[in-house]
Amino acid sequence: MKNNAILTIFKKELARFFKDRRTLIALLMPGLLIYAIYSLMGGAMSDAFMPDEDYKPIVYVAEAPEYLGDILTDALFDVNESKNIDAEKQQIVDGNADVLIIFPENFTENMLAYSPESGMPAPNIEIYYNSSSTNSAMGYQNVVAMLDAFESSMTNKFDINFPVSEDQTFDLATADDMTGMIFSMIMPMLLVMLLFSGCMAVAPESIAGEKERGTIATLLITPTKRSHIAIGKILALSLMALISGASSTLGVVLSLPKLMGGTMEIDGSVYGVTDYAMVALVILSTVLVLITVISIISAYAKTIKEAGTYVTPLMIASMLIGLSGMMGGAAQNPLLYLIPLFNSVQSMIGIFSFEGNLLHVLITVGANIAVTAVGVFVLTRMFNSEKIMFNK
Amino acid sequence: MKELIKVEGLSKTFKLSKKQQKIEKTNSTVRRAVNNLSFEAYEGEIYGLLGPNGAGKTTTLRMLATLIKPDSGDAFIDGYSIVKEPDVVRSKIGFLTSELKLEEFFTPNYLFDFFSSLHGIAPEKAASRKKELFSRFGIDRFAEVKVADLSTGMKQKASLAISLVHNPDIVIFDEPTNGLDVITAKVVTDFLLYLKEQGKTVIVSTHIFSLIEKICDRVGIIINGQMVVSGALGEICNGKTLEDRFFDIYLEYEGGEA
Repeated sequence: MKNNAILTIFKKELARFFKDRRTLIALLMPGLLIYAIYSLMGGAMSDAFMPDEDYKPIVYVAEAPEYLGDILTDALFDVNESKNIDAEKQQIVDGNADVLIIFPENFTENMLAYSPESGMPAPNIEIYYNSSSTNSAMGYQNVVAMLDAFESSMTNKFDINFPVSEDQTFDLATADDMTGMIFSMIMPMLLVMLLFSGCMAVAPESIAGEKERGTIATLLITPTKRSHIAIGKILALSLMALISGASSTLGVVLSLPKLMGGTMEIDGSVYGVTDYAMVALVILSTVLVLITVISIISAYAKTIKEAGTYVTPLMIASMLIGLSGMMGGAAQNPLLYLIPLFNSVQSMIGIFSFEGNLLHVLITVGANIAVTAVGVFVLTRMFNSEKIMFNK
Repeated sequence: MKELIKVEGLSKTFKLSKKQQKIEKTNSTVRRAVNNLSFEAYEGEIYGLLGPNGAGKTTTLRMLATLIKPDSGDAFIDGYSIVKEPDVVRSKIGFLTSELKLEEFFTPNYLFDFFSSLHGIAPEKAASRKKELFSRFGIDRFAEVKVADLSTGMKQKASLAISLVHNPDIVIFDEPTNGLDVITAKVVTDFLLYLKEQGKTVIVSTHIFSLIEKICDRVGIIINGQMVVSGALGEICNGKTLEDRFFDIYLEYEGGEA
């Protein structure tokens, strides 16, 4: 009977979420929404910030040396001779032209005669553009790059990373390294945030909600041990939070490449089964900790709304801990892996950056399970406390 | 007759918040809800706890049901202490109060099975019990309707059936007919008499004199948390109506200030 009670509570909690279409949608919706919103945002950002590759920026040039005009034309600019500087500036403001380049008089002679030691200002080329226009900004960047290259060629003494062949590359990072870097920076924070959201979606509803609706007393009047109620609820809520977290994570992972406008190549296959097994262990134990802590807070609260208020500082703290993933590699001191949540983030950083340490993962999982066990004990005591259960 | 419920000197004090102090117009930070209360109930009888609102009836029943703990004193349900063996006591009693709500998302059918399982009742036995109780209360037709969609009366009947899933020998009802329409109230009253016929021990709290007169064998009158009188209904009434007798006792207790 005793073990059945845990299973009975577990099944009832699952039924509460699975049979209720609204709750189920609330659990899975974040993942779908994240995918839809990120994809739309990616598309919109791509349209806004990525110029049309076939577009030839319209460039007006005043006093240009002939050889530079040819270089600009060769660089796929629509080059026009400047006739009315003010009118052309207005065209740039209006979006009808992209760049206006004004060379000083006798540019070539002055440039060749110029010596930095003279202390005189160098010949100055003025380039006008509109940074709010994607095409103008791109045209400006290309013009500056081209003129920089021209200036370098005038005094060229040595090159840096000039490829002798087309297939020569100097960045020796592999695609795996890039994936590792991106994953270890982004995923710990995202996972903590998404898992926390999943836990927030279910725990207050189940614990504070039962208090608010008066159904917890009906449960407490049965001969079921309070510890079994606590364990049954925590296990079921953890499963629900995992499903919600998985849905959100899937939404993020699938939409990230779209959000980055296709510039990010993420290939999860660079990680092995062991890596994924370690991540799964860490996530599972993290969810247990989060659910337990939120359940305790929810048991103290009188209503779901009050529980949400009490949990908010914890959510902010979790986000900050998650951000530590962006501040370098995983911690090396094993004792740090005894700190709940921080240990999960550090373990995930290690795994995602291909430096997964089984000892660290085991300490993390052990510490998290220990915290969960203490939490179950506390929650059991709270279920036994009439002051907490019936405080109105 | 076997003494199935023995209450010995139960006391319970609640702390008052500042808001409650203001409402109750008192400077005291505590309110003694139950004060050294004792009584007993025997096998196969219906015992009524009668008293005005705030007398301590519900607090007494909540202590017997182990929802709250007494500050002092103890009560024994079929010999088991509510203080030392609350888990066993819970398996011995059926408790129904308006404070206990059913999860509105579920159906009576699901909840009956759920609570049967928590009481460790075998599925076949639970099914037979469900059939009997659902049929008696006319819940059959609504067995698959969510509690949220049931009428108030049907919710009360479902609560009643579910509180008795384990066929307890001791049944405790707090204000069993409160807020019910006359038809549902009659069904509940008849069921209490049926339980008595079955040899169950029933304790009901109420402030409805007619209900006590109709169903109770013995009665205890509680005023300000204290048991003022407890005994057989006939002995207490002594030829008067219960209502008249109650006000005699009340005036006597309050020093003539009714």
